[in-house]
Amino acid sequence: MSLVRLGALGVGSFFCVAVLWGAVQPRDAVVPDPVKALYKHPHAIEWVHNGAGNLGITGTFDRKQLQRGFQVYKEVCSACHSINRVAFRDLADLGFTAPEIKAIAASYEVPSIDDKTGEPATRKGTPADKFPLVYPNEIAARAAQNGALPPDLSLIVKAREGGTNYIHSLINGYADAPASWTVPDGLYYNPYFKSLNIAMPPPLAADDQITYVDGTKSTREQYAKDIAVFLTWTAEPKLEARKETGLAAVIFLLIMTGLGYLSYKKVWADVKRKSA
Amino acid sequence: MSFPWAKQYQPTTEIGKFFDKQLPLPRFVYGALGAGYPTPKNLNYFYNFGVLAGVALVIQIITGVVLGMHYAANTTVAFDSVEHIMRDVNGGWMLRYMHAVGASFFFGVVYVHIFRGLYYGSYKPPREVLWMLGLVIFLLMMATAFMGYVLVWGQMSFWGATVITGLFSAIPVVGSYIQTLLLGGFSPDNATLNRFFSLHYLLPFVIFGVIILHVWALHIPGSNNPTGIAVKTEADTVPFHPYYTAKDFFGLGVYLTLFAAVVFFAPNALGEVDNYIPANPLSTPAHIVPEWYFWPFYAILRAFTVDFFFIPAKLMGVLAMFAAILLLFFLPWLDTSPVRSNSYRPLNRILFWVFVVVALVLGVAGGKPAEEPWVRLSQVFTAYYFAHFLIIIPLVSRFEKTKPLPRSISEAVLAKYGNSAPGVAAQPAE
Amino acid sequence: MATETRPLDAQLPVEGERRRDFLYVATASVAAVGAGAVVWPLINQMNPSADVLALASIDLDLSAVQPGQAVKVSWRGKPVFARHLTPEEIASANKVDVASLRDPQSLADRTKPGNAQWLITLGVCTHLGCVPLGAGEGEVRGDFGGYFCPCHGSHYDTAARVRKGPAPKNLEVPAYVFKTPTSVTIG
Repeated sequence: MSLVRLGALGVGSFFCVAVLWGAVQPRDAVVPDPVKALYKHPHAIEWVHNGAGNLGITGTFDRKQLQRGFQVYKEVCSACHSINRVAFRDLADLGFTAPEIKAIAASYEVPSIDDKTGEPATRKGTPADKFPLVYPNEIAARAAQNGALPPDLSLIVKAREGGTNYIHSLINGYADAPASWTVPDGLYYNPYFKSLNIAMPPPLAADDQITYVDGTKSTREQYAKDIAVFLTWTAEPKLEARKETGLAAVIFLLIMTGLGYLSYKKVWADVKRKSA
Repeated sequence: MSFPWAKQYQPTTEIGKFFDKQLPLPRFVYGALGAGYPTPKNLNYFYNFGVLAGVALVIQIITGVVLGMHYAANTTVAFDSVEHIMRDVNGGWMLRYMHAVGASFFFGVVYVHIFRGLYYGSYKPPREVLWMLGLVIFLLMMATAFMGYVLVWGQMSFWGATVITGLFSAIPVVGSYIQTLLLGGFSPDNATLNRFFSLHYLLPFVIFGVIILHVWALHIPGSNNPTGIAVKTEADTVPFHPYYTAKDFFGLGVYLTLFAAVVFFAPNALGEVDNYIPANPLSTPAHIVPEWYFWPFYAILRAFTVDFFFIPAKLMGVLAMFAAILLLFFLPWLDTSPVRSNSYRPLNRILFWVFVVVALVLGVAGGKPAEEPWVRLSQVFTAYYFAHFLIIIPLVSRFEKTKPLPRSISEAVLAKYGNSAPGVAAQPAE
Repeated sequence: MATETRPLDAQLPVEGERRRDFLYVATASVAAVGAGAVVWPLINQMNPSADVLALASIDLDLSAVQPGQAVKVSWRGKPVFARHLTPEEIASANKVDVASLRDPQSLADRTKPGNAQWLITLGVCTHLGCVPLGAGEGEVRGDFGGYFCPCHGSHYDTAARVRKGPAPKNLEVPAYVFKTPTSVTIG
């Protein structure tokens, strides 16, 4: 068995020397990353209606805000971005009624097959359909968008660091590039975008670009908030149910744990008494 | 097996007697987890984590089987089927979050369980096989968790699969053939996804089987305890049921409460945002990291940055990562101190806490991009990791002066309550 | 059993023992409720998901179906037969004494007023779920000129009522409405 320890000594020294040999190598001078210097982290926004919102225990969405966000999506974003994981029927969560959902669905053309010729065709959407893709595939998207790919927005809030705040900051984050930074032709400077150069032109350029049906003051700040919250919902449509269930589960488990603790103390009472 | 004073199962009903004769399963359970298993009476809360790990596995198996009813292992629809679970399946979001968060909790619990074993010397004789079976479970868990993460078929799934199978390409001569064999192609694709699904479904049941062996091996010598000294008389023990079933139930309540809090209020806190982007073989995420429970080993893998004589850095990293786990199999023979518990090993106790810090720093470093100071930090701490187990521990156990041991568990318990000092000749409590 | 454990418990004051029992029972009950609450989502996940429920209705264009012909379409993953009855078929269906049938229903019960020539039923035999023959061009229509299920030999008449064989019920009529005289929404 002392052979094991001898072998261990050998193996241990081998790995130690090998890794420390790397540690003592001189490092290349660190070239400061200009992107890192200019990149800005998204700032937190207040977007909650009642409760404490995304991070709260019982936060709920503001239905009016979700509907406004949907309006922003429909009038602006949907020109290039799909929300293909969302079905029209899901809009019931936003407070739309069944006839309203039918009308919204019917205003979209979804891919289908001509039942006489079998050729690809389109038909009016139904509540069961999902929001159609804007471009049939990536190649078509890039061809139409000067080489850029507008991502599907269904999951964008969960797929980006900062989530809701990121969308809000990015939408209104366009700025003039500092002198040290050159923006290639056809791209725009946005310090909240990971590479700083974004292909999307400023989507919400001016106040009063959208006329809100609910009469909310039409400002760029409001657009950015509303679309960010709407996309939070598309990414996590079960958020409210999750928190509701969670609160009940945690309260129940606390009661069960409390009873469990008392039972545990009772069971052990005589052993502890004997020991003490 | 077990102690002479262990209570024997007594079937009282006719049905009970009938089954006891033909299939004595109740007798088996009674002896394993019931009143028939005498357990040291001084186990602390760290001894809850074995049962918690078992529960965590059961949660994974149940939610996993249910998710398998909706998941489709095909690269064209895998990601969509996960989102289908999240959006359309009744309560699917809850089941999926339980499974994803459950994996993290499983590892968290197992890490505490392992460190508890390290602190109290549970790997020492007569429990070497028990310790090694535990390590086998740990290895199987790592494989299972890795393959499960790939099933989502998001960006991190795809590139994780690429990087981890790429480890095998470091093996001289046959490496790239092995990688191709594992993937069933030249990059992760449908063949990879299907075999990972198959194995991800199988391995938890293998783990379950090894757990049965692990519990079997536990019941031969009986549980270790915070003093590390052996059970001597009946006064040292209490029956597992109701004493430890009650304690484990309470511990389980605490665990489930924390679990529910994360599942329902921060289910994505432990995940990576990139995995909500469908896999794209043409674009790598800026920063590929595995799940947090692999970070210490990932740090060791990346710590080897220069070739060591004729051995390429890549191969060194892979060798070191596997060695970092495999060396634990030899621990019972590296640590020769006759004293198990660190409560009576002043020097080794300090080294234990140093090692905890080292492991945590390696964990943090493994989650960071490969930049300074993290690279150099993980190099120094990787060196310590190997030195700790392979050089320091064998030496310490030879030269350390240990504290006197209490004569029995009962005496130690009495000392704790202030009636007696350890090492003083006290009558065994009776 | 109870008498065997008595000696241990007997040393305790009776009062404390009772409080203990209550605590244990309460803890076990709460745990049992919790286990039950966990089982429900595990079962409920097997129910049809939201996207499946949403596909519950389809539109069908009947303009090209001539008298005597039928079309077969898929609704909720099951075939639906839409049959354009000829006047003779209607007459033969109405001739039958409803009371004599295994599942007594008149043709009028099974069609919409004003559209009695359109017989719309599920194409699922009520015996064990095979698809009966008779909707396609040239298929056998059984002894009563309606549908015939080849699996176990159930015969349906021109109102798709079971007349012979093991089937217990007439072919089911789904919920549907005529949007125009030749277009119908099923479901």
